[in-house]
Amino acid sequence: MMITAGVDIGSITAKAAVIVDGKVKGTKVDFTGYNAEQAGKRVLDELLSEVGLDDRSIDRVVSTGYGRNSVQFADKAITEIICHGTGAHFLNPRVRAIIDVGGQDSKAMVVDPEGRVRDFAMNDKCAAGTGRFLEVMARALEVDLGDFGTKSLKSDKPSKISSICTVFAESEVISLISKGEKRENIIAGIHDSVASRISALAKRIGVGEPLMMTGGVAKNRGVVAALEKKLAMPIEVLESAQVNGAIGAAVMAARL
Amino acid sequence: MADEAKEKDKRKMKSAKTMRDIMTNYYIEAKTAGETGKKVAWITSGGPVEPLIAMDVIPVYPENHGAMIGASKMGGELCEKAEELGYSGDICSYARSDIGCSLVDGGPIGGLPKPDMLICCNNICGTVMKWYEVQARYYDIPLFIFDTPFCHTGYADEAKKYVRKQIDEYTDFLEGVCGSKFDHDRMEEVGRLSVEGQRLWQEVLDTSMNKPSPMTCFDAFFFLALIVTLRGTQETIDFYRDLLEEMKGRVAEGISAIPNERYRLLWDNLPIWYRIKWLSQKFASHDACLVADTYTSAWCGSLKYMDENNFLDSMAEGYTRIYLNIGVDEMIKIVLEMVDKYDVDGFVMHSNRSCKPYSLGQYDIQKAVQREKGIPSLIIESHMVDERSFSESQTETRIDAFMEMIRQKK
Repeated sequence: MMITAGVDIGSITAKAAVIVDGKVKGTKVDFTGYNAEQAGKRVLDELLSEVGLDDRSIDRVVSTGYGRNSVQFADKAITEIICHGTGAHFLNPRVRAIIDVGGQDSKAMVVDPEGRVRDFAMNDKCAAGTGRFLEVMARALEVDLGDFGTKSLKSDKPSKISSICTVFAESEVISLISKGEKRENIIAGIHDSVASRISALAKRIGVGEPLMMTGGVAKNRGVVAALEKKLAMPIEVLESAQVNGAIGAAVMAARL
Repeated sequence: MADEAKEKDKRKMKSAKTMRDIMTNYYIEAKTAGETGKKVAWITSGGPVEPLIAMDVIPVYPENHGAMIGASKMGGELCEKAEELGYSGDICSYARSDIGCSLVDGGPIGGLPKPDMLICCNNICGTVMKWYEVQARYYDIPLFIFDTPFCHTGYADEAKKYVRKQIDEYTDFLEGVCGSKFDHDRMEEVGRLSVEGQRLWQEVLDTSMNKPSPMTCFDAFFFLALIVTLRGTQETIDFYRDLLEEMKGRVAEGISAIPNERYRLLWDNLPIWYRIKWLSQKFASHDACLVADTYTSAWCGSLKYMDENNFLDSMAEGYTRIYLNIGVDEMIKIVLEMVDKYDVDGFVMHSNRSCKPYSLGQYDIQKAVQREKGIPSLIIESHMVDERSFSESQTETRIDAFMEMIRQKK
């Protein structure tokens, strides 16, 4: 019996996944906080106790995410580009392109039929088009981030948000609120803005179908819908979108 | 531990110390020119230096100095000084740090010597024209602008005549500022020395065709200084002859630049001057050697246009048709040739915010390389001398992902 684990330490959340004999046994999400190593240990320990496993039964661990090099107990650190590509392909072997949008960066990857990443592009210089952008807007609008998706789908006329900078876009949103624009329309406009950034990145490396979206932002149906429109192709989003990187890390651990 | 130290020592470049000594003396001579009565000219990195050497004028390169400022990690502070005056943060960090340096006599050598004249050739970019005009006003000294028209493909007759005429204007200008006749015999000699120096530099760079390579592009960035600054002198030839011998010796003894060369890469654009060691170690940790680059080869790239027996005439074309002054299609041809010549597995492109001519068109070049050669490429962003622009964690992730991708492929 082969048991492997993956931990994905992101800017906001730490994720863990355990794979037993080629099947995902369980996954968990927790906040990263200040200490990446502790966050990794914590989220993995929580997951192990939930699935009834002892950490001594883990054969190998791979860490990924920005905090990957801080996780001392990992056997290897692999970037989230490879892990997201691997995870998506593991869950759907027909997948040929992945878009991952996390807390502070967005990336696009194309994979070959064996799931190996052939090209990638990252936007890690700018928060526009990432989870951070949506967080900032949720605060400005006094709306729960979790409600963004459903609310935007009720929009009848998406607002136009012209600022490309998160900070300036926030000011723009505040002035839209004071002009009396409906929240639903503003949120739809925000999603269009995010989708524009991401689709430009994706088009640069030439994503094709079947396309999967991973990362926390994939849980937002409004962003997914806006992105599908911009890319003119369907986007698959699995329940495991947010933990896809950790799953991929656990899969890579089995290949070490 | 002792073995490790011995290993490191074996891999060290013996010529590095000689280079440092030569450059130190060069800057001392420049900074004490007032005592020797010699004139000092500031000149752009792609500028025609040979006539200055022929006139016994000491050429100083604010861009070479900019590289030193970057390597000393003093760029951010000096750029800030220029920005306080109102210069945009988007402007070349060589220009900003040089302007800042002039104000405070900053940088690693206490500032450059005050120039007697400025020689500005815009073959590398248009920014230098404004930058040198600023300095001409600041120091109240004569400025000569050598205007090389952009050559998308080929070299039009009009451009040929236009540039050639400027060489005569240039020598007239030098006679005026120096107060002495232009020595054409000496010029011929300097021309011959310049071409020989460029040939030797090309031979040095060619040694990295060997597998494993005896040097990395990071070594080349360091050894580049002499062919840039003192092209046309005997000293330059003597040094590169010795360096070439050292490289050939390393090849013969199997001494490689990095301990375990498994992957060979090509670098594009100027270096990230304040992160050379970090980049070198980062790629070496992935068993990757950056064997060649498009930047250092630019100082021997004009050999095909220069005639050592007719230097003054042929240098017009040589200076106009440099890598940064040709169309993207032509640049693509050169890059594809280099991919084959050095047999590389990947292409690392520095998207250098400081250099628009070098960075505009990079995505097209990237696409062409991927399409024609099927090798992956990576883009790293920064300002070459302004360390405030560099994000280590993000860059590290990109490099790691790129190398993981290459490993999976090979």
